Amino acid sequence: MNSSRFANTAFGVLAWIVALLIFFPILWLLLTAFKTEQQAFTVTPTFWFTPTIESFKTALAQGSGYWHYAWNSALTAVASTVIGLALAVPAAYAMAFYPNKRTDFLLVWMVSTKFIPAVGVLIPIFLVYKTVGLLDHALGLTLLFTAMNLPIIVWMVYSYFRDIPKDIVEAADIDGASIMQTLFKVVLPLALPGLASTGLLALILAWNESFWSITMTDHRAATLAVYIASFKSAEGLFWAKMSAASVLAIAPIIVLGWFTQRQMVRGLTFGAVK
Amino acid sequence: MRLALFVSGIGIAGLGACSAAMAQSTEITVATVNNPDMVTMQSMMSAFNEAHPDIKVNWVTLPENELRQKVTTDIASGAGQYDVVTVSNYETPIWAQNDWLKPMDDLPEDYAVDDLLTPVKDGLSVDGTLYALPFYAESSVTYYRKDLFEKAGIEMPEKPTWDQIKEYAAKIHSPSDGVYGVCLRGLPGWGQNMALFDTMVNSFGGRWFDMDWQPQLTSDEWKNAANAYVELLNNYGPPGVTSNGFTESETLFANGQCGMWVDSTVAASYVSDPETSKVAENVGFAQAPYQTTEKGSNWLFTWALAVPQSSQHQDAAETFVEWATSQDYIQAVADEKGWLSVPPGTRQSTYASDDYVKAAPFAPLVEQAISSASPNDPSAQEVPYTGVQFVTIPQFQAIGTRVGQLMAAMLSGQQSVEEALQQGQTFTERMMKQTGAPQ
Repeated sequence: MNSSRFANTAFGVLAWIVALLIFFPILWLLLTAFKTEQQAFTVTPTFWFTPTIESFKTALAQGSGYWHYAWNSALTAVASTVIGLALAVPAAYAMAFYPNKRTDFLLVWMVSTKFIPAVGVLIPIFLVYKTVGLLDHALGLTLLFTAMNLPIIVWMVYSYFRDIPKDIVEAADIDGASIMQTLFKVVLPLALPGLASTGLLALILAWNESFWSITMTDHRAATLAVYIASFKSAEGLFWAKMSAASVLAIAPIIVLGWFTQRQMVRGLTFGAVK
Repeated sequence: MRLALFVSGIGIAGLGACSAAMAQSTEITVATVNNPDMVTMQSMMSAFNEAHPDIKVNWVTLPENELRQKVTTDIASGAGQYDVVTVSNYETPIWAQNDWLKPMDDLPEDYAVDDLLTPVKDGLSVDGTLYALPFYAESSVTYYRKDLFEKAGIEMPEKPTWDQIKEYAAKIHSPSDGVYGVCLRGLPGWGQNMALFDTMVNSFGGRWFDMDWQPQLTSDEWKNAANAYVELLNNYGPPGVTSNGFTESETLFANGQCGMWVDSTVAASYVSDPETSKVAENVGFAQAPYQTTEKGSNWLFTWALAVPQSSQHQDAAETFVEWATSQDYIQAVADEKGWLSVPPGTRQSTYASDDYVKAAPFAPLVEQAISSASPNDPSAQEVPYTGVQFVTIPQFQAIGTRVGQLMAAMLSGQQSVEEALQQGQTFTERMMKQTGAPQ
């Protein structure tokens, strides 16, 4: 009894330490955002200072203004998630409930496309996009994000579907439900927590993506990643402004994550305990 | 399935609506960096729009290296995303020879092209034709603390030698009081530590290549320069110097932690402004140090604006470039933000202005540094290249970055001077063999 209580306390303390370690950079970002540039750059870091919102004012006005980039981020993240789910659900459904001998290979092959470093395919994609006019276009970025996240979405949805007993699907078949009816009325409602957390993960990955956003867009379709990058400079001080911009950029996704953390955790641990 | 199609349909329709944004007037896209003078330029747009209501300017601001990569990809593939690009005197001649930049050969009379400082103009020209117009330019100088020098009973000459820098550094170095004898860039990068170190190599009489494009990194001149650099920083420099670039060193100096600092002229206004600098009252200026020769002992770096050949709106783009680099622009910035905010180093008229010299007492020194920079004759020995703190060949970015890393390894004691230079020599030889020496 005593030793298990001790273990519990020890794990609790460890969890707090890990949580604080993970949270500290975000806390420091927040603090820096409210400093002046000089305070942000001092050799001995300060925790106590008079906060100022000067950096936020400058950050909101930089380039084409915050809202332009935020809109593009939201648009491409949401659209790529919706398209990704729309493509992944039927694929995962077929693979989970009607597998054939190539299904396993297909799943591995899909995830293997993630092994290629993005920069390895940059030039061909850049040239194709240039030819078809998708450079600096929200649609171009959405397609890239969809392709980027699709393997992960298929894998996650597949594993959630696999946790649904096949008997239920067979029962629906016997009762005369069509494939569509089985999918929409039986399988999807059962896998909803999993679908929600998959969607959220895809949304977060697309929102935070910076490599393709910076290389494939300039102004019209530029996302928050481009906005943050624009604060870096070889001359002059920019830490406070950049921190303010970063806070503005991550705020929406953190708020979203906060409100949906119950679903997230439920979805991610869904089927973990049998 | 129908639902899925419907949902994805909404997504695509939403995207289409977004792309339907139409332009009545000419829209130009300007790619630039986030340096303070460029931030000022962005905030001056109402003045530009007043004069040119039919041109709408979109900004793409990126860190220097990302910008260089993106603009290179864009221009080389002819994508034509940018109408104005921010380039330096490093890539301008290379790109001009690739036929990537529009020649600036029909400038209007009132642009006063003869007013541009000669070394700056030369660095942006190929065979006498300008391919980019200078936005601001910098050279290197020596900043020092007059109060510390007085206390130590020493006097800074107008142009010190590196030996003198070492001698003075030893006298004022006092880490227990938080003062280090000398601050220099140690952060690896061809535009960071190598900018400074290249001027040291030049002033010790060295060169990057001989006339047959053979690298000279194992020569005595390079060894002497490298030994002096390591000795200065290891004995009299601040701790952790390999993470100090321009900005970090500037902050150290402004905080009163450096007795001397050899770096860019653009820091002059920052370190003499009491709002940003604790030592504003005590900053002294001297020319950049030399050793056996003055040739190539101070660098020249220009940020300029150019119009790529791939631009679809070349006329509007040129109008913008002429405006942003004109005398009128400098005057407009002075009127709106004060003379200390004008982009320095490009025009004689700026330095002839009494108002400017009054606001910026260091102006004559900066002008002298820029005018004395010799990019076309950077070494005491004969060289097949141009450029003071770089070699204007495409391979140099890779070479400079690698050698910069070796310099940092040398400073931190991971490698001896001989080893580091030998490795740099081998790397440069291989690089030149693989890519072929310029014709």
